[in-house]
Amino acid sequence: MARAVSTRRTAAFTIAAWIVALIIFFPILYTIITSFKSETEAIQGFSLIPSGTVESYVEVQTQKDYFKPFMNSVILSVGSTLLALLISVPAAWSMAFSPTKKTKDVLMWMLSTKMMPAVAVLVPIYLIFRDFGLLDSRLGLTFMLTMINLPIVIWMLYTYFREIPGEILEAARMDGASLWGEIIYVLTPMAVPGIASTMLLNIILAWNEAFWTIRLTTTNAAPLTAFIASFSSPQGLFWAKLSAASTLAIAPILIMGWFSQKQLVRGLTFGAVK
Amino acid sequence: MGNITLKKVNKSFGATQVIPGIDLNIEDGEFVVFVGPSGCGKSTLLRLIAGLEDTTSGTIEIDGRDVTGAAPAKRGLAMVFQSYALYPHMSVRNNIAFPLKMAKLDHSAIDKKVTEAARILNLTNYLDRRPGQLSGGQRQRVAIGRAIVREPSAFLFDEPLSNLDAALRGTMRLEISELHHQLQTTMIYVTHDQVEAMTMADKIVVLNAGNIEQVGSPLDLYHRPDNLFVAGFIGSPRMNFATGEFSRPYNAHTIGVRPEHLQLSTQSGTWSGVVGVAEHLGSDTFLHIHVEGIGLVTARVGGDFGVSHGDQVFLTPDEGRVHRFNDKGLAIR
Repeated sequence: MARAVSTRRTAAFTIAAWIVALIIFFPILYTIITSFKSETEAIQGFSLIPSGTVESYVEVQTQKDYFKPFMNSVILSVGSTLLALLISVPAAWSMAFSPTKKTKDVLMWMLSTKMMPAVAVLVPIYLIFRDFGLLDSRLGLTFMLTMINLPIVIWMLYTYFREIPGEILEAARMDGASLWGEIIYVLTPMAVPGIASTMLLNIILAWNEAFWTIRLTTTNAAPLTAFIASFSSPQGLFWAKLSAASTLAIAPILIMGWFSQKQLVRGLTFGAVK
Repeated sequence: MGNITLKKVNKSFGATQVIPGIDLNIEDGEFVVFVGPSGCGKSTLLRLIAGLEDTTSGTIEIDGRDVTGAAPAKRGLAMVFQSYALYPHMSVRNNIAFPLKMAKLDHSAIDKKVTEAARILNLTNYLDRRPGQLSGGQRQRVAIGRAIVREPSAFLFDEPLSNLDAALRGTMRLEISELHHQLQTTMIYVTHDQVEAMTMADKIVVLNAGNIEQVGSPLDLYHRPDNLFVAGFIGSPRMNFATGEFSRPYNAHTIGVRPEHLQLSTQSGTWSGVVGVAEHLGSDTFLHIHVEGIGLVTARVGGDFGVSHGDQVFLTPDEGRVHRFNDKGLAIR
């Protein structure tokens, strides 16, 4: 009897999970479906079966260059992630291994910057970028994306590093490891999984960041988010083309996410599940 | 060699003084146990010797060499941690070899030493496993293996058995004692468990609130405790204490009688009481007896002593086995 109940429960949970997953995924799915429709089909109303035409993709390719914003997205997301790691690894390190009374406050303060709506600082940031000649530059945007994601990166690394027991480092010290020996042979191998999943998550966040990338760029530094936005242009909305552009923009990150999902899930639930 | 001398060693964390100033001499080859309740400073003292904490003042000498400011690795000591502190990403072989690699020994020498350590510790079949694939006892042996390959002048153990279950603790206790006999190296062992202290030590250092209460051999401490703290801490079940009208005939402020030094009778005796809980261990029975004016008194009797809850019994302390203490809690001899 108990067995039957638990099977029924499992089935119910499985169905619920599928429904939730479908609801979450549906916008992406519908974007992909729409991208294979013609423009007339796209505005005709709801339909899950496209005609399968690739004319929107061809159109997108001929109208605009996909490669340049793609490269910009790669440079911006990878660049800002590396820069963020360069700053956050030592920061999280010192907070995890030699915390002071103020460490918790500093962490809270960092997180609090994420609570502010970005639009609140749009004007000052825009003016600073203009005055320093950083508008529409990869350098400026890399810096911006780094700053946006830095609090999250530091928090993630901090929780990872906290999981490395201090006694292991002391053992290495007793065993005669120098500071560099300790870092190379003990700390780094233990921290690599954490750094890797933080890196993956940050690349995704930076890849998808749309508020600043659209507002601070025009052509030179414009990544794929701006590429998508450019299809909702003065000539009116072209749903199929917009969908094709979106599909092209999210495809790389979707593929990367698919292959690294194990790392990502571990990264996001780290500390919560042991 | 492994002669360790502490001179007026003092340690404060901020304004809190953990160790107020300790003098201690540990002879080469001795098995010394630091024992005391949690928070007594025993682990801190060990970490000061290891060099993992800096002394606030005082000096630490190893074989006559002042090492107070020396880095942990430069002291020639090896440490076994409570959590084992194994490197999770390395095989057992690499864990044991790690200190040798850090000392830049050549491959063949490392191999030889690792093989020998694995043989001593029964780890030969596990050399290629990761620590995560081992049981608690095996992990502890790897930690010990990592310590012995360095051939240190002294081993430091920080509560190494407290993560193991009771049965395994007993076995490992024997193994560590056996290892001490084989290696004849100084060992300093920290524990809060007085049974471990009694069974393993050549010399016990009883610590309380950062102070050394008494230093001596296990039987020394058992038979001649210097004060109430040591008397109460060493011995299991703990010593019974009585004051007032009970201690007056002995010319003492407080008297102490161990449970095994009380004679029980159902007819007559010095003190009378009512039997409470009886703990039957088979070989022995611990009777908890309510004695008016003292409270709960524990007595150790034969396994087949026939009394039950609520019975009246009489207790008589063995002559010459009564410990006497003055009003400051110090032993009167």
